[in-house]
Amino acid sequence: MFFYMKIHLPNSAFLGNIDPFIESFDSTDSSKLEITANKKWISIHPVILSMVASIGLSIQDKSRINCEDFEATSKHYLERMGLFDFLGVESGMQITEHEPAGRFIPLTQITNSEQQTRFITEMIPLLHLQPEQAEPIKYVISELVRNVLDHARTTQGALVCAQFYKKSNTIRIGVADVGIGVYSTIRASHRVSDDMEAIRKALQPGITGTTSKEGGTELNAGAGLFFIKSIAKVNRDFFIIYSGNAMFKLLKTPASSKRITLHSDPFDDRSSKKDNLPNFSGTVVGIDISLNRNQAFDYLLDLIRDTYFDRIKIKKKEKFKRAKFT
Amino acid sequence: MTEIKILKEAGSFAENKDIAKRIREKKIMPALEAGNPLILDFEGVDSSTQSFIHVLISELIRTNGPNVLDEISFKNCNTTVEKIIKIVVYYMQDTI
Repeated sequence: MFFYMKIHLPNSAFLGNIDPFIESFDSTDSSKLEITANKKWISIHPVILSMVASIGLSIQDKSRINCEDFEATSKHYLERMGLFDFLGVESGMQITEHEPAGRFIPLTQITNSEQQTRFITEMIPLLHLQPEQAEPIKYVISELVRNVLDHARTTQGALVCAQFYKKSNTIRIGVADVGIGVYSTIRASHRVSDDMEAIRKALQPGITGTTSKEGGTELNAGAGLFFIKSIAKVNRDFFIIYSGNAMFKLLKTPASSKRITLHSDPFDDRSSKKDNLPNFSGTVVGIDISLNRNQAFDYLLDLIRDTYFDRIKIKKKEKFKRAKFT
Repeated sequence: MTEIKILKEAGSFAENKDIAKRIREKKIMPALEAGNPLILDFEGVDSSTQSFIHVLISELIRTNGPNVLDEISFKNCNTTVEKIIKIVVYYMQDTI
């Protein structure tokens, strides 16, 4: 059963300080969705927009959505990102001009792989990125959206948006769905006791909800989320996944740590974990990608390969076939 | 000898798993079953996802064993694509 919620859009909520936002929303009132906002300023990560839009979209009867008239001058940002359209709320605002500095991907609903491919092709010009900067962003969105299409079991699909932040030179990405959540997906094939344990499994390479066998099936390797967490880790950025009552947050790797090590078990990463949060039946994933520190994608792949190598017994290596490249 | 141009099928960012599955089922498997050595030509493919490569080749390794790699050549791969293929080839052999 899906619970409607009360949501307050705060003055500021990004991945580093998103916890109060999540802790504050009320998922116990199943009668309607109420949205309120900070009166002066609203500065929020795209992942919050994706989450709120996915909830709003799932409510068929839009009269059960009560969105107060926002007073904050930054409410235009929410209009520009398309939030009110997904909520079915008339904002009364007119956005006629594309801001010169506006580098963003507005809220987009993706329900099938053709839409996904088209979206990825069309989104990069909106962010005005160099090809090497675009590579991890395309990768992250492709894998996260496909996860929703493969596992979430919702006809609503994925809600995606992203925003470039000039001051920090960072792209922030949010993907959300109101599907069955990580626990239900993982539990289908693995023994897990709660939402956090399911998230832990989902982030480990080789674990997928579609089979109990390590290495996955012909269609799912169980490596997608591990790759995405690794992109954040290598770039020393935040990554969060929130589903059910639990949220795992990969914390920034300090600049003082010169060597980056990827961990198969996310609990070995520098992270925060909360498992008593208000219930969100679907899944929310947010990631930041700092363009200043955007490590070459090839370097990330080297680290991932090394992580796999570490998992393999030396004696087996000798028997391994290599791919032939010509 | 059968040569499959991935760019034509999947574009310069090869990420659509449905297309990967179609290539495997409609082109790769028939070629291998006919005993034809196979070339997967990645010319023009700038990047790919691990998921795409997994769907493209993992089932071949799982079904036929690692020796199927003797029948497949990966051609014109840039560094990124080559590394992703190596990762998939490696973890598939670890799990069979």
